[in-house]
Amino acid sequence: METLTEKILTAHSDKKKVTPGDFVNARVDLVLANDITAPLAIKEFQRLGVSKVFDPKKVVMVPDHFCPNKDILSAEQAKLMREFAKEEGLVYFEVGRMGIEHVLLPEQGLVLPGQVIVGADSHTCTYGALGAFATGMGSTDIAVAMATGQIWMKVPPTIKFIYHGKLPKWVGGKDLILYTIGDIGVDGALYSVMEFAGEAITELSMDGRFTMANMAIEAGAKAGIFNVDDKTEGYLRHAIASRTSSAFAGRETTRQSQPYSVYRSDEGVQYANIIEYDVSKIEPQVAFPHIPSNAKPIGRVGDIKLDQVVIGSCTNGRLDDLRIAAKLLQGREVHPELRCIIIPGSQRVYLEALREGLIEIFIEAGAAVSTPTCGPCLGGHMGVLAAGERCLSTTNRNFVGRMGSPESEVYLASPAVAAASAILGRIASPEGN
Amino acid sequence: MKLKGKVHKFGANVDTDAIIPARYLNVSVPGELAKHCMEGIDSEFLSKVEPGDIIVATTNFGCGSSREHAPVAIKACGISCVVAQSFARIFFRNAINIGLPLLECAEAVNKTEAGDILEIDLFSGEIDNISKHKKFFANSYPEFMIGIINAGGLIGYTKRRRGNSPSP
Repeated sequence: METLTEKILTAHSDKKKVTPGDFVNARVDLVLANDITAPLAIKEFQRLGVSKVFDPKKVVMVPDHFCPNKDILSAEQAKLMREFAKEEGLVYFEVGRMGIEHVLLPEQGLVLPGQVIVGADSHTCTYGALGAFATGMGSTDIAVAMATGQIWMKVPPTIKFIYHGKLPKWVGGKDLILYTIGDIGVDGALYSVMEFAGEAITELSMDGRFTMANMAIEAGAKAGIFNVDDKTEGYLRHAIASRTSSAFAGRETTRQSQPYSVYRSDEGVQYANIIEYDVSKIEPQVAFPHIPSNAKPIGRVGDIKLDQVVIGSCTNGRLDDLRIAAKLLQGREVHPELRCIIIPGSQRVYLEALREGLIEIFIEAGAAVSTPTCGPCLGGHMGVLAAGERCLSTTNRNFVGRMGSPESEVYLASPAVAAASAILGRIASPEGN
Repeated sequence: MKLKGKVHKFGANVDTDAIIPARYLNVSVPGELAKHCMEGIDSEFLSKVEPGDIIVATTNFGCGSSREHAPVAIKACGISCVVAQSFARIFFRNAINIGLPLLECAEAVNKTEAGDILEIDLFSGEIDNISKHKKFFANSYPEFMIGIINAGGLIGYTKRRRGNSPSP
């Protein structure tokens, strides 16, 4: 008996069966880098003395971190990546057609169940929401994966998280994952896979599942993963059917459906640990500075005034997230002493939000709406904090100096808490607002 | 391989934003990154560090982002080795891949203080705290990882392997 992860890794190695702790050379289906990590990866790739990537249609580069470029040096980095992508014929999404990588790749139908995906970005684990084994690595690993189509891996043990019960109103994927990290700690799943299951997960939207898989790294995990269900299949049908030209140009496959393998964890398989929660008792969560595990229920937050709210990122920049924010911001105004910055995660999310009237709601409420970028999440641009400032953000990390000055503070929460807080100018519950 | 240096000690969960804040990631030149090493956690670090020095930390060292710039900055400012109770997994891979040695040894971490002098035999895993006259043994590396370290990192290792066998 095997877990979903073990089955995927077996299928991508030369072994008949893998067990946790085994070292395997895994074949990869997709390799990813961005404007920060690609320049180093390209340099290392060139040191290898290889002229061509193993398969240009399986290597994706996305200018999202400091793009549209914030300064001359970052423009040079993006240029280096763009030129390499063009020369090698890689899958590349330019500004104006792009998105934050972990919002973009799934929506473009590039991520499929059963795949092994490695990315030079720690939040590559997001793709586990679609039943893929996806993990973040550094630039040198990615250089080798680009050159050989293979990467060494230690087969991780799997911890199963079961979420029982019915989700209370305003409680979603972000609250479940912050609550979980608060419970197990930032190294509570170190080197392991977090497999998410239970009736609350079945009820959770795909966007909520992306949020959970995304933050598996914040518990130290190698990957977060979900078994495929009807919601996954529905998402994939739509994603594959609406691939844009950058995503399928030169591929044998087109917008037509593409076969993929669905693996499932066997009933009764031995997990390294099983952790169960009753979600009906979970309140919206806020992670206090300066570590994501410092989570508190909204009822115990107290009076914390804010200077800025950010809604977006690879964690919470999808359409569902913007819909929730719009529900609260409709007909209301952002507090006069606070900046609210809303960043749709991709051009498609942006366009759909526009068509649904969400962008109008945001602008009328007094929020700034930006083109897709990782920008403020890592203190890059579009919302960097000054000393003494406090920000509540739907992003994923609240380390010292993460969003700017080392003397600033970042609180992590869901889009619902973020929107309610933007209106009141302090951390606030969406309930009753 | 023997290493010897003075200890700089840190606690738990030293994240990659503390090691090299993202605002400096608009370059990837090691020397430039080294100028901001550990800036997010100890602004005096660079004035104290000397070539060969050793970082000692408790759990989950290097958590957070996948930025390889973090071990690159540590190596480029002269640190010869990091000893911790545990490492975040991406940081662990990155460090080995770029040729920054790491050792896991809880006991050595517990019994070592800032300013102590350590002498480390990388392959036997022996950590000799010369200041305290105590010896410790770190977890050993799997064999292929020693191969990566001997080759100076993953690029050298991959080149060797590709040279010995037909390309995949």
